[in-house]
Amino acid sequence: MSLWVDLYRPKTLDDLHYHEGLSARLRSLAASGDFPHMLFYGPSGAGKKTRIACTLRELFGKGVEKLKIDQRVFLTPTRRKLDVNIVQSNFHLEITPSEVGNYDRVVIQEILKEIAQTQQVDINARHRFKVVVINEADSLTRDAQAALRRTMEKYMTNMRIILCSNSTSKLIAPIKSRCLLVRVPAPSEDEMVKVMHYVAERQGFKIPDNGEVAREIAQDANGNMRKALLVFEALKMQSVTLTGPLTIAKPDWETYCQKVGDMILQEQSPKCVMEVRAKLYELLSHCIPPTVILKTIADRVVEKVDESLKAEIMHWAAIYEIRMRQGNKKIFHLEAWVVKVMSLYKQFFFDIDMSGFD
Amino acid sequence: MSFFHPQQQREPAKHAVDPSLQPWVEKYRPKTIDDVSSQEHAVAVLRRTLTSTNLPHMLFYGPPGTGKTSTILALARQLFGPDNFRSRVLELNASDERGISIVREKIKDFARQTPRAQVVASDGKTYPCPPYKIIILDEADSMTQDAQAALRRIMENYARITRFCLICNYVTRIIEPLASRCSKFRFKPLDPESTSSRLSQIATAEHVDVSPAVINMLIYTSQGDLRRSITYLQSASRLAHRVVPDRVIKDFAATLGIEVTVDNDMDVDMDSVKRKRAANFDAIRKKVKEVVREGYSASQLLSQLHDLIVEHPTLSARQKAQSALALAEADKALCDGADEELWILEVALNIHKAVA
Ligand SMILES: Nc1ncnc2c1ncn2[C@@H]1O[C@H](COP(=O)(O)OP(=O)(O)OP(=O)(O)O)[C@@H](O)[C@H]1O
Ligand SMILES: [Mg+2]
Repeated sequence: MSLWVDLYRPKTLDDLHYHEGLSARLRSLAASGDFPHMLFYGPSGAGKKTRIACTLRELFGKGVEKLKIDQRVFLTPTRRKLDVNIVQSNFHLEITPSEVGNYDRVVIQEILKEIAQTQQVDINARHRFKVVVINEADSLTRDAQAALRRTMEKYMTNMRIILCSNSTSKLIAPIKSRCLLVRVPAPSEDEMVKVMHYVAERQGFKIPDNGEVAREIAQDANGNMRKALLVFEALKMQSVTLTGPLTIAKPDWETYCQKVGDMILQEQSPKCVMEVRAKLYELLSHCIPPTVILKTIADRVVEKVDESLKAEIMHWAAIYEIRMRQGNKKIFHLEAWVVKVMSLYKQFFFDIDMSGFD
Repeated sequence: MSFFHPQQQREPAKHAVDPSLQPWVEKYRPKTIDDVSSQEHAVAVLRRTLTSTNLPHMLFYGPPGTGKTSTILALARQLFGPDNFRSRVLELNASDERGISIVREKIKDFARQTPRAQVVASDGKTYPCPPYKIIILDEADSMTQDAQAALRRIMENYARITRFCLICNYVTRIIEPLASRCSKFRFKPLDPESTSSRLSQIATAEHVDVSPAVINMLIYTSQGDLRRSITYLQSASRLAHRVVPDRVIKDFAATLGIEVTVDNDMDVDMDSVKRKRAANFDAIRKKVKEVVREGYSASQLLSQLHDLIVEHPTLSARQKAQSALALAEADKALCDGADEELWILEVALNIHKAVA
């Protein structure tokens, strides 16, 4: 049995729930036959991938849903072998560059050239071109992006590219110039509630109290539709009637981060720094992205400190986040930020104490 | 042979490029250098080379979508005609393997045969067909410094029979010794008039009606990038994608304590704007989260906020300067790949402080 998120994932543009205007535009683009390269961007969980899948379906018909997974071997310039799984149908193909790390340039070039040089064999295909979907395009290396430029122009008759990313700032300008930019905003709370009602209806139940729970879930999900549906299903498991005291469970790492935030404010000492460090290591070793760790802890800290400190704490969070990206060892910068916050906090109290003695 | 011929033709015919389906950016790529809009300086110099048949090494630089690649391809086609194009022009771009040894091999191979001029082409026209080959290194800014350094020797070694054309977005990424060997051509972002006339020309050729308002909108959103405006023209999309709506910017600015004039037709309610004057950290953070949820491009948001602040009637010079500093800092951070939410917040807080 699949999860509700997958079970009720819209398959066609008509099934899509919110942003009707956008869906209509995608439909007319797909119908016109002169489909451009596209870049879908927006916060995670807003439904970019679903929208892309629906657009493909509109372009090529049901055939795109027949997926097969190919195991391919690529050779890096240093003669290392790379095994990559590629999901494809007769009409399109998907790559996630982060799966191949620093060699994304090689893999993407190989794949694109291959597609560009082969003609669509299926005579009944509605379009002459194949579509290459590149997920998480913001993690493409600069090299890979540079390599895409001329390829996107040269092979346009046989190939279209759809890029999917959270933000546009990590993509170089020439790439953005070659794409039609499509912004997919996060759904509003009302829209999310509507989707949950729809899912409930399909499952054959009604959300009690005018959908009070749904509203709470939507608030908590902060625009992430995927998260909302996952929580919704989990709650339904917890209590079949969706009544009574329901608690939206936070993921472990989030509570863990919050604990770290509390520790920072409880005691500011070298000993405490060491304890925090152990916890940070723990989080990192569970593959929680360092930026997420930093932001979650910072959120917790600013919730609890005095107004006059908040801005400064966020300022240093921004500074250390960028250093973390430029540097090599994430832990150094996370820790540096923690120490900075502790010192700010302590100073703040110290000042107040001192002022009492004037 | 004659038996197979029709058969072979039928297959591609099924998939032949139907011009009506061709993306307009490719369909209306300039065919001759005179067809290139706006870049008068480059075109004037290059036109002379068509008659004198002498060509310097060249370096084209400028922002995306301003006609660099198109110009050199058009020039090469006009110099050599369709028949000799393949044997005389070598195009290497960032998608090709460009380790320096490979480049050297390719260039060596390519430059080996001395070019023979065959003046009358199959299409009946005569082409100048000057006695050298052109090597186009497109997207040269993604070549490593070492590769560029090695290129110097190669350029000299084959100077007699080859001309190089380097193309890049940022001229500063090309090492000085290489740049100094070339005549430089700067490709400017297209001015509004050229963009407008090119777009109208395409619209007429495609029999689509475009109002001047739409053209203006296209010019505004594409900021001198003709490729982008052509793509948008063809997609006839609502255009609201790239620019952040004024309403959002003003609302955001108001949260930061900047006085904004609110047009009547905007659905920002005046009370909330007044209330926001005393915004605190939490209010600003909430607003930032809202903006991030909408998914606007952060750099676009900042650039529009910048415009609003710089042109603001009542803010003092000092306040503007401090805000500009905050924006510059953030722009750099975003280019380095920083987290958008953290940096929009950082900018917001700094501007809030500056205008308080
Ligand atoms: N000056 C121009 N005159 C006419 N058309 C242009 C001009 N500049 C750009 N275009 C249009 O934009 C498309 C892209 O232009 P071109 O490939 O020359 O850009 P570029 O300068 O090489 O950009 P990049 O730096 O991204 O490679 C062309 O196909 C053409 O339709
Ligand atoms: Mg180019």
